[in-house]
Amino acid sequence: MILLIIVLAVVVLGLLFLVGTYNGLVQARNRVKNGWHQIDVQLKRRIDLIPNLVETVKGYAAHEKAIFEKVAEARAAAMGAKSPAEAAKANNVLTDTLKSLFAVVENYPDLKANQNFLALQEELTTTENKIAFARQFYNDVVMDYNNRIQMFPSNIVAGMFGFKAEEFYSVPEAEREAPKVKF
Amino acid sequence: MAGRTTLYGLIDRNKRNTVFFVVLFALILALAGFVLGQSMGWSAGFYVLFGLFIVVYNLVLYYNSDKLALAISGARPADPAEFRQLHNVVEEVAIAAGVPKPQVYVIETDAPNAFATGRNPQHASIAVTRGLLETMNRDELQGVVAHEMAHIRNYDILLMTVVAIIGGLLILFRDIFLRWGFWGGGGRRRSSSRSSGQFGIIVLGAALVLAILAPLIVALIRAAVSRQREYLADASGALIVRNPDGLASALTRLGNWRGKMAGASQATAHLFIASPFGKDRRETSGPFDSHPPISERVRRLRELTIP
Repeated sequence: MILLIIVLAVVVLGLLFLVGTYNGLVQARNRVKNGWHQIDVQLKRRIDLIPNLVETVKGYAAHEKAIFEKVAEARAAAMGAKSPAEAAKANNVLTDTLKSLFAVVENYPDLKANQNFLALQEELTTTENKIAFARQFYNDVVMDYNNRIQMFPSNIVAGMFGFKAEEFYSVPEAEREAPKVKF
Repeated sequence: MAGRTTLYGLIDRNKRNTVFFVVLFALILALAGFVLGQSMGWSAGFYVLFGLFIVVYNLVLYYNSDKLALAISGARPADPAEFRQLHNVVEEVAIAAGVPKPQVYVIETDAPNAFATGRNPQHASIAVTRGLLETMNRDELQGVVAHEMAHIRNYDILLMTVVAIIGGLLILFRDIFLRWGFWGGGGRRRSSSRSSGQFGIIVLGAALVLAILAPLIVALIRAAVSRQREYLADASGALIVRNPDGLASALTRLGNWRGKMAGASQATAHLFIASPFGKDRRETSGPFDSHPPISERVRRLRELTIP
């Protein structure tokens, strides 16, 4: 009788552990998905802002054709990216070309004083910051999720139900030191 | 990594302190209620009624203290078109902290300052003054908002709400006691039940001491909690945006502003990022000061290494 109770208690505790760990893993995986969605929203928003920005700049600096072509190319590449790694790479290129666009703008004081341009610049700055922060948050939740998958004892449950480690959203070496974007 | 572990340790201690203060205040409150009841000669039914009143009072304030704090400070919802950049910065920092975007308010005053209030990250508000928007650049504004977001994420706003509710109750007790318990009601009751004469006098004496000391103790604890949490919010705010320089430079500017904020009130002073009375512009802080010296906060931020 006592043996039966002990066995039952062990089984119930085991089941509770299984359910708790499984639900924790699902929650962590959903956080990763949600984190990726956050980045994605901001990347799309930036892509939407670019045509307006380019049009405004063209009004003052129509002859700077080379830089407009570069931006258009980088934008197209970023739109076509599929996996997180691809998107990270294409968007880093886009960030760089936008920096050179803003470097060109420095030569046009009238443009820099244009209200429409200033509003676009603020929108782009906030979108860049949101991308950086969403990426930071995404990497944090990926680390938490991967830890659960690799650490004992939750790794057993993760193995049973086929939870797979997720990729980090990588940052190029040059940006590691100064993650803040400034135009 | 080391800097980060210590910070998480600090947040854990923060949570333990919150529980400790809630228990401590509940005990003080129970004692105060008992003394008040004894001095006024309440029956059992009256105690129940009084207990019920406290529960209702707590619930009402728990859900409305943020509106109260915003109303006292004269804060108004920030128009998304007029305060575009402020809305943008709050949204950015909310993403970084992993909390929903709080409500954004503006206070029409020249003194640069800001505060956060609410009961949890889902029901939180950030208010900044027009003076702050006019004196700070974008990075500094982001630093200030990150400091406020840290108060929200660390549940400091909840503790401050609890402290305010209980502090308010104790002052209410004192006023009831001083008005009716000691002079009026207490005197009448005592003459009607002579048997408890000695005990009544002891209780009355205790009540009198408590009436004077309780608000003082609450003020001391509130100031100590507030000072410690300002340091913590500075550090975790810097961690949220991975940049201590914006906040450090913002604090330096706040420290350079001389003068008192129009409409500053003791009731809300501890909520603000810098003392609305300008007391933290000195080099040292006393036991009743709600804020540590700004110079010391800047020094600690400059020493911080962000992983």
